[in-house]
Amino acid sequence: MWRDAVLVAGKDLRIELRSRVALWQVVPFAVLVLVLFGFALGPGRAALRTAAPGLYWLAVLFSTILVTQRSFAIESGEGTRDGLRLAGIDPAGVFLGKAAAVAAQLVAVQVVLGAGIVILFDVRFDAVWLALVASVLATLGLAAAGVLYGALSSGLRVRETLLPLLVLPIVAPVLIAGSRAWSAAITGAVASGASWLKILGPFAAVYVAMGVVLYGPLQETA
Amino acid sequence: MASAVHLRSAVALAGRFPALSGVDLSVAPGEVVAVLGPNGAGKTSLLRACAGLLPVTSGEAVVLGCDLRADRAAVRRRVGLLGHDASLYDELTAGENVRFAVRAAGMPATRVDAALDRLGLVGRLRRTPAGRLSAGQRRRAALAVLVARSPELWLLDEPHAGLDASARSLLDGLVMEAAEAGAAVLLSSHEPNLTVPLADHVVSMAGGRVTEVARGPRRPVLSSVTGEGSASVA
Repeated sequence: MWRDAVLVAGKDLRIELRSRVALWQVVPFAVLVLVLFGFALGPGRAALRTAAPGLYWLAVLFSTILVTQRSFAIESGEGTRDGLRLAGIDPAGVFLGKAAAVAAQLVAVQVVLGAGIVILFDVRFDAVWLALVASVLATLGLAAAGVLYGALSSGLRVRETLLPLLVLPIVAPVLIAGSRAWSAAITGAVASGASWLKILGPFAAVYVAMGVVLYGPLQETA
Repeated sequence: MASAVHLRSAVALAGRFPALSGVDLSVAPGEVVAVLGPNGAGKTSLLRACAGLLPVTSGEAVVLGCDLRADRAAVRRRVGLLGHDASLYDELTAGENVRFAVRAAGMPATRVDAALDRLGLVGRLRRTPAGRLSAGQRRRAALAVLVARSPELWLLDEPHAGLDASARSLLDGLVMEAAEAGAAVLLSSHEPNLTVPLADHVVSMAGGRVTEVARGPRRPVLSSVTGEGSASVA
């Protein structure tokens, strides 16, 4: 399973490096979301700083949809989908590999967005480690949930519009917990921030476990 | 000798609709069987069912000793399917596509270069992203995946489509080599003049059923068309 996961993640990331969809489309989109929300909130620095964690995680959520859709678009041809099923790869390995590749791309998006809120919204972190831990856990959860629901919708003609409808409500806890943890990391309220990690950690663990178990059956029905 | 493919009254569904409606077919290892029929006859569905990609819902379906109704995954890693669409990632080069398939199958990397050489994908072609290859070159790259994996059952759907004369001749040679090495080969086509000369048996399909099995020209005197271990229709 782990060998297959490395193989699939390597393949997906190599394809991304060649096509550069995340670099030229997803990252600019995420930054645009951040900037437009900034315009909508107005020039007040205090309001922007307060809203920054929510805007950041909203942009990450939208990026998750795009990166996940791209992850399944590269398998959308009947030939490649069949090829993956005939390759002898453990479906759990496919899930973990795809989730790892999505997570890696989300990390890249978050690096740019993180720089964006520091520069544009004048955000400073009191507890950087809390923000980092929250990001790692949230990214794992978002990648796992995205890939799981991506597999569910991948065989459908309406997959592009269905995926956001499926994923966005499901990942609402990540939006809430990620935003609160980041707010705490900015203000230095470590104790209250750490409590939100208790939502992000189990969310990631549950979706990774569900993906490992359910990806095979989903691949068959998609 | 156990059949490579043994179907008895096999019914397979494509979505909610029956794609195969009670197919009887038996193919022995080392045999080449041409599957003919008009569009919609069920040729592609037969190949996909044998590959474990279409669920067989009733009847007997045993491929390479594995019961398709119980464990399709066990069959998949032992068959090779060349479908209408070449199973290639456009952003990866021909070499990378073959390497991915070989590594996924847990086979040695030495097979990659040998397969690409065999299909004439050398030099710049090997380093060109599959999306920039011509249709014929993509077909060659997809065939290189099969050659590298050397499956026990070759399932070739309209394999001559998009190939020039030299590539067709190369494909015919590969089919013969695979059969000589003991692999069973199912070739679907609606161009009998290209596939029948390769075949030990010729199976005609219509409406999701096998309607006729005839002896092919490759081995004029072969085992009985109704006997176990040869292409047969009950």
